[in-house]
Amino acid sequence: MYPDDLKYSDEHEWARRNDGDVVEVGVTHYAQDTLGDVVFVELPEVGSKVDQFDKFGEIESVKAVSDLFSPVSGTVTAVNSDLEQSPELVNSDPYGDGWIMEVKLDDPAELDALMDSEAYQEILE
Amino acid sequence: MNAPSVSPNSSIADMQDRRLLMDRSVPGHHAVALPEPDVPVSDLPDADLLRDVGDLQLPEVDQLEVIRYFTLLSRLNFSIDTNFYPLGSCTMKYNPKLNDQMASLGGFANIHPLQDDVAVQGALEVMHELQKWLGEATGLPAVSLAPLAGAQGEYAGLLIARAALEARGESHRNVALIPDSAHGTNPASAAMAGLDVVVVKTDEFGNVDVEDLREKADDKTCVFMLTIPSTLGLFEPNIIEINQIIHDAGGLVYADGANLNALLGLVKLGDVGVDICHSNLHKTFSTPHGGGGPGAGPVMVTRRLASFLPDPVVVQARSSDAGPRGYRYRLYRPIESIGKINGFHGSFSILVRAYTYMQSLGGDGLRSVSENAVINANYIQAQLRDRFDLAVDRICMHETVLSGKRQADRGVPALNIAKRLLDYGIHAPTMYFPLIVPEALMVEPTETESKETLDRFISVMQAIDDEISSEPETVLNAPHSLPVSRLDEATAARRPVLRWQPDGD
Amino acid sequence: MSSNGISAHPFIPNTPSEREQMLATIGVENFDALITDIPEDHRNPGLDLPASASELEVAARMQALAAINQDAGSRPSFLGAGAYRHFIPSTVGAVLQRGEFVTSYTPYQPEGAQGTLQTGFEFQSAVAQIFGMEVANAGMYDGPTAFAEAGLMAARVSRRNRILILDSADRRLFEVADAYSRYQQVTVESIGLDKVLDGDIPDDAACIAFQSPNFLGEIEDARAISDAAHAAGALSVMHTYPIALGMFKAPGQCDVDIATSEGQPLGVPLTFGGAYVGLFTAKQRFIRQLPGRIIGETADTNGRTGYTLTLQTREQHIRRERATSNICTSTQLIGLMVAVYCATMGPSGLRKVAELSYHKAHYLADQINGLDGWDANPNGRVFFNEFVATGPVGPSEINRQLAERGIIGGLDIADVVPGGMLFCVTEMNSRHDIDRLVNALAEIGKGGAA
Repeated sequence: MYPDDLKYSDEHEWARRNDGDVVEVGVTHYAQDTLGDVVFVELPEVGSKVDQFDKFGEIESVKAVSDLFSPVSGTVTAVNSDLEQSPELVNSDPYGDGWIMEVKLDDPAELDALMDSEAYQEILE
Repeated sequence: MNAPSVSPNSSIADMQDRRLLMDRSVPGHHAVALPEPDVPVSDLPDADLLRDVGDLQLPEVDQLEVIRYFTLLSRLNFSIDTNFYPLGSCTMKYNPKLNDQMASLGGFANIHPLQDDVAVQGALEVMHELQKWLGEATGLPAVSLAPLAGAQGEYAGLLIARAALEARGESHRNVALIPDSAHGTNPASAAMAGLDVVVVKTDEFGNVDVEDLREKADDKTCVFMLTIPSTLGLFEPNIIEINQIIHDAGGLVYADGANLNALLGLVKLGDVGVDICHSNLHKTFSTPHGGGGPGAGPVMVTRRLASFLPDPVVVQARSSDAGPRGYRYRLYRPIESIGKINGFHGSFSILVRAYTYMQSLGGDGLRSVSENAVINANYIQAQLRDRFDLAVDRICMHETVLSGKRQADRGVPALNIAKRLLDYGIHAPTMYFPLIVPEALMVEPTETESKETLDRFISVMQAIDDEISSEPETVLNAPHSLPVSRLDEATAARRPVLRWQPDGD
Repeated sequence: MSSNGISAHPFIPNTPSEREQMLATIGVENFDALITDIPEDHRNPGLDLPASASELEVAARMQALAAINQDAGSRPSFLGAGAYRHFIPSTVGAVLQRGEFVTSYTPYQPEGAQGTLQTGFEFQSAVAQIFGMEVANAGMYDGPTAFAEAGLMAARVSRRNRILILDSADRRLFEVADAYSRYQQVTVESIGLDKVLDGDIPDDAACIAFQSPNFLGEIEDARAISDAAHAAGALSVMHTYPIALGMFKAPGQCDVDIATSEGQPLGVPLTFGGAYVGLFTAKQRFIRQLPGRIIGETADTNGRTGYTLTLQTREQHIRRERATSNICTSTQLIGLMVAVYCATMGPSGLRKVAELSYHKAHYLADQINGLDGWDANPNGRVFFNEFVATGPVGPSEINRQLAERGIIGGLDIADVVPGGMLFCVTEMNSRHDIDRLVNALAEIGKGGAA
């Protein structure tokens, strides 16, 4: 439920560094489970700047709304527009088809401030 | 048009032809005849300004179809007229029929809001009297009936607070202190009034945490928004001290008196240091909820704040040409008014109903309202406390907040208890509010329900508690006997369908 | 017991002995033991109000008060300006008798409120259709508050903070927009039509908001205003009169982004200005920025169609201080009147009411223009059913003399148009009434006393 190749924030977002300085960002299994049925994800604009641990969007379930906080600083290079039609992907596949955005890192060292799978699971307990 | 089903009915739900009006539409059907012009017909303006005939897709149905359709729909509702409706914080009391009858009198229903004051003295007298009655009931004598609902009354109250502080050169005060148990409109209204919300804690007894308040009240405080009785159904025993803290810090006390049903004749908000309050006439004063409005949310303030009230208030003015009485009522804009917050003078048809109700009860009857509301709520609390946890274990006012924690531990969250009640013909209590109580079920019986009805409710709650042990699935899948079962709210929000669309769209 | 309440009332069933039993079950000696949280010094203050009264007595008093009013149901009236006397078919009152609608609460338990929800869905469908707009919400308090919320919504959508309102709009719209935006870091300003059409629009304008028919009853060029707003990166917000949309182009046909109106003309009596319902419509892509309640269609666990409140995360009970509005109602019951009205009138009925109002108003304008010293619709613009007229005598004097003749005259707008009155005519004004008015104006104009 918490893959080893990801880094986690204590606001329940994950970051996956693919190649180079670009990371994929989404919310964790815990986040989607707590929220329940996700009905809407407010995506950032491609090209906009995000700062580590600052708000970049919102995620809504039927009767709750939560802020999304970016686990890294950088420039948004892509967003998952499939979520506009099918926000439920966040529930069904939070680490795959339910990804939210791609960010080109300002400073790869920021990833060190995030938790690995084991540490993240500890804070959930 | 969609064809109606021709198969025999297997249940009440299937018997109902719930097709939308557009799906019943037959070109050429119509439900009303209108006369031909009795004046010479004028030229129409240029065609490019006009709408094509046929562009307007409204249903074409005959008159019987209109009546049958809406009558059918009415039968799909729970209502006070058909069911016990113990919905906490909403005061679902009986709405006397006389109120509606009086509001529909031609002399009230057919007057135009911009008629000369002289032509509408009866309407203005109704408003003036209602101002007086509300001022007396709350101990806050300066009243404007303009706000169209509780949330608007609340917003008006906050604008008054800001204006009053600005008038004394303290426009820097931009904080609203709000208890964590407050209704969602409190912070929403505060935000609209440009106030930063600072949350004040509730202590273990359900009271405002006085020390927390003392720490947070300072020279930035504009208002403290106190719901009284609180959303836990409790009267704040430290109210004098609390209000003193706010006043000492230079702020004002705004009471969300949306629900006065527990206070009439028992205490006046103005006497205990409140500066501003509003009241929802559709709660305490029996005007209909209407499936969600219209409401009316008059705002009451101390004399000192009277000049800031929204436009209009009704005043009684001496006048030499006013006939034998020597005075006349008129609409008046207070000199430092926060201005107009809606189109005209308030929800007049609702004001007529409230004034009718208040006269029916009188001062003595209004006190009985509150006494019996408090007795009924405590009676339910006393009878259910062995089965359900209480949010706070003490005497309540007009409502009791139960917690379904024990039931949730047995695998059935509060939501399902609420849904199961519907199967017994009882409307659900307010659920999951206040937010600080886990598995909250907020029960407000009101004074208009008989002991017999309360006893049945108590038995039903006990029966559901038994079912949670014996047949939890029945409760988890409730309701079973309604026009629809649980609805897919997630799909409704993901791919919104918000209006009729032709098939296939 | 220490109560000074009353022991029996038709609305309060508990008898004294039942109360005793209940207090015993609660485990207290008397009622006062239930209210010890109230500070003792301020407990039981008493109410200085008259005693309870019987239904017969209350009805008599209320009927006497109603009778004092000079109602527009029993004499000709030419007053409009935001509240209109239109025909209300009998079906509206009949449905309004259903206590199941009148005495239900907000449909938070959709399984037990399908009636309210489906009628609300019908309301949204009809309103969206009349406006030619993609979506409508379930209703606002009234027209001006809907308009004010539209300006704030335009500011949210555009992320700009100047709400520009065309100066031909009703002053009430400015006032309410101002009260709603006072502390929202947005400003409400007035702008002239020439500037808008010349493209002289500031680049931080959130919207160009306008009223059509405007305060003086004239039709504005909604398409040209919307195009100009869009060219400046602003939204277009139109406040309209739903009956006019029975014949004039709808906001949705003019690329308007948000359109609002007073719903009262659609089946709701004048009732001294309230309770009314505000109509609020917008383009589909803005739905998550809409204020107020929205009802959506969905299915239940058995696949049956049903209706429910939806997109609720916009609202105050979830988003609290970050809600799109603090509104907590949809003025549902008045919306029901509108829904029944629309179902009854149908497309041909609405068109006919619009045309009757148009023709009768133009007849009155023509007749007034035939009088010495009178001038109706002096700007010569296209109007719907309201127009300005000036006469040889000031408006307040004219209205006083009309009142003596049992006629409710037009609105005195001398503060907007020197010497001006705003006349409104609907299908409710018979030719006989109109001719009576014209004859009276002729007499008054000649200095004829009442």
